[in-house]
Amino acid sequence: MALLQIAEPGMSAAPHEHRLVVGIDLGTTNSLVATIRHGLPEVLADEAGRPLLPSIVRYRADGKVEVGQPAQQHQASDPRNTIVSVKRFMGRGVKDVEHVENLPFDFVDAPGMLQLRTVAGIKNPIEVSAEILRVLYQRAGAALGGDLVGAVITVPAYFDEAQRQATRDAARLAGINVLRLLNEPTAAAVAYGLDTSAEGIYAVYDLGGGTFDISILKLTKGVFEVLSTGGDSALGGDDFDHRLFCWALEQADLSLLPPEDVSLLTMKARAAKELLSSKSSAILQARLAGGRWVNLTIAADAFAAMTRHLVQKTLDATRRALRDARLKPADIQGVVLVGGATRMPHVRRAVADLFGREPLTNIDPDKVVALGAAMQANLLAGNRPPGDDWLLLDVIPLSLGLETMGGLVEKLIARNSTIPIVRAQEFTTFKDGQTAMAIHVVQGERELVSDCRSLARFELRGFPPLTAGAARIRVTFQVDADGLLAVTARESTSGVEATVSVKPSYGLSDEEVARLLQESMGAADSDMRERALREQQVDGKRLLAAVRTALAADPDLLGVEERTTIEARMRALEHLIGGRDAQPLREALEALSRATDEFAARRMDRSIRVALSGKRVDELTK
Amino acid sequence: MPIQDDHFSLFGLPARFAVDPRALEEAYKRVQARIHPDRFAAASAAERRVAMQWAARANEAFQTLRSPLRRAAYLCELSGTRIDAESNTAMPAAFLAQQMRWREDLDEARASTDKAQLQPLMEETGALRATTLKHLEATLDEARDFRTAAALVRQLMFIEKFGDELAALAETTAAGAG
Repeated sequence: MALLQIAEPGMSAAPHEHRLVVGIDLGTTNSLVATIRHGLPEVLADEAGRPLLPSIVRYRADGKVEVGQPAQQHQASDPRNTIVSVKRFMGRGVKDVEHVENLPFDFVDAPGMLQLRTVAGIKNPIEVSAEILRVLYQRAGAALGGDLVGAVITVPAYFDEAQRQATRDAARLAGINVLRLLNEPTAAAVAYGLDTSAEGIYAVYDLGGGTFDISILKLTKGVFEVLSTGGDSALGGDDFDHRLFCWALEQADLSLLPPEDVSLLTMKARAAKELLSSKSSAILQARLAGGRWVNLTIAADAFAAMTRHLVQKTLDATRRALRDARLKPADIQGVVLVGGATRMPHVRRAVADLFGREPLTNIDPDKVVALGAAMQANLLAGNRPPGDDWLLLDVIPLSLGLETMGGLVEKLIARNSTIPIVRAQEFTTFKDGQTAMAIHVVQGERELVSDCRSLARFELRGFPPLTAGAARIRVTFQVDADGLLAVTARESTSGVEATVSVKPSYGLSDEEVARLLQESMGAADSDMRERALREQQVDGKRLLAAVRTALAADPDLLGVEERTTIEARMRALEHLIGGRDAQPLREALEALSRATDEFAARRMDRSIRVALSGKRVDELTK
Repeated sequence: MPIQDDHFSLFGLPARFAVDPRALEEAYKRVQARIHPDRFAAASAAERRVAMQWAARANEAFQTLRSPLRRAAYLCELSGTRIDAESNTAMPAAFLAQQMRWREDLDEARASTDKAQLQPLMEETGALRATTLKHLEATLDEARDFRTAAALVRQLMFIEKFGDELAALAETTAAGAG
């Protein structure tokens, strides 16, 4: 919002002001919120003292929504309306979901992201996730007793573009200002690294409820550098439950269960799995809807054997990540276990065997991601003094490319490239007189477009007809620090340009987000309007002050015309700031903001050059 | 303000082929520490955009300079000498003959299951890569003969591509055996 007010990059605008921020671990099974209080990271519990919020949302016929434990109680009795493990559906279509036949939900058959039919209407995974985020954010607001500035929200490192975009949209829908999407293993590394001031090369093995990540990081003097990452965004503790569930069906000679029984047996399978982490055998007992009893005993060894292939998949991904980092297991100085599913003894044993060392578990594997996210949020908010901070260099997990002739993929950005990253490539036309070009953006490692995930299609149109091969179409991929992609295409002989922020295939449009936000806030709320007006007045005053300072400090960075426009818009804003009307005030604010955007960018650019060269501004301009 | 316009001055390093990898890495991290978007998470959208562009530039510069092949090509381009890898395919006869022999050996190794066959080929490739790098250093840093350097860069491209294929084959053979 405000123009550059800082003397040097890295210093927050107002160092004395502590900004309230949180870290949120939006998990498949459980979600958590953490913050820094009195200099220490802590997970914020609910009023009953429970730190974990089950990631379960129940839609009721009366329009009310239950989240967490209250929803969990109805998991078996109301399975269609009680949405569990929604994270597995983020940015995914129905055909992407494994074992869909064993899920008790009523999926809507529609193109794009899957939807669920509930008693309260059709819901998409973004809306469901937003309910979970909202509860956690409110919990934090109540505990901290103030207005939160924003949150760091964690995502699996192996999440692709569509899944990241969906997570970001869920946060927007919950009214949360996202400071950063942070990869879960990186968050865990921050928590461990700062806890032990470790140096060297570490592996973070993160097996959650529905996702698996492996990240290899190099820690040196306050820098966390991700060397490579790998994983499977559809592999987690749920799959171990499902294997046990299938075993129970076979043993009890059952098939085609009603949704209530599917939910019940899945819950019992999960309970048995958890018991097997500390016992050599467990009993799986359930009374089905028809009155029939299931009564089975499972030994830990048998469970380990029937899920060995799942563990093997994680080890394969781990080996590949090591290869990508050009390292061997013996090069790793420490292995950190993250995620509730790493409590399974046979998982721990397999990881220990691969690396030839016992993994670290000193921070609770359920909490470590949220704690790391809170630490990063605190850093991003500028709550730490310069010098007492750290730097995260993360990577993109999957390659990004374009479809070329013959359904082949031309990769522009390779997996494990450090972000942010900008890459451009030139393409040309293959027909005489061609005036448009279709651009198809894909993500994945395979060479055929059909084996990769389609992210977006758009067309660059209206460039002049030229002979085949004469047009120069420059396509630029830009991946920001959140790992989100924006694509621009430009024909250089004519200057025709097209831009997409990649989200159409599986995401929500801006209009949809706006509509859903409107719905969730309800109609005209006078308190809220009053508050919005006050916020705009404060923002307006802040912007005016910042522009005045900037104009005095760097007048040479503006042309005469630019300065005239800015001054006219400042007067317009000053005129409206004392009024009662929010709408024209907001417009004036936005107009001034737009007029100073480029100026702010130039000042930022200058300040960075100064910082890098160690010179003062007056020396540079000479 | 023509400062930090090339990758070397961005990191405060002399524009030479010989680079101390540790000094390069430290300089890269020092630069990122000042410009990374995480430093400006609370700033305006315009400022965040500028930080993102700078950080992307630093990443690009680091990736270019840390790879000897890309660094050599970059030095040639800085001097105004194009590499023209696609159009200029002229190579010394001896180099071409060696390449053809390597190709034949690789095809043979691919057809057989004997992993040991790859070892001498890998050593030979590694040795030629090392001599070419030494040669490049002398040509770029002492003789400052960029035309000769560009020819060496084109050869190095062949060698590295071949080395990658060898490594990939060795890996699949190893995976098949294991």
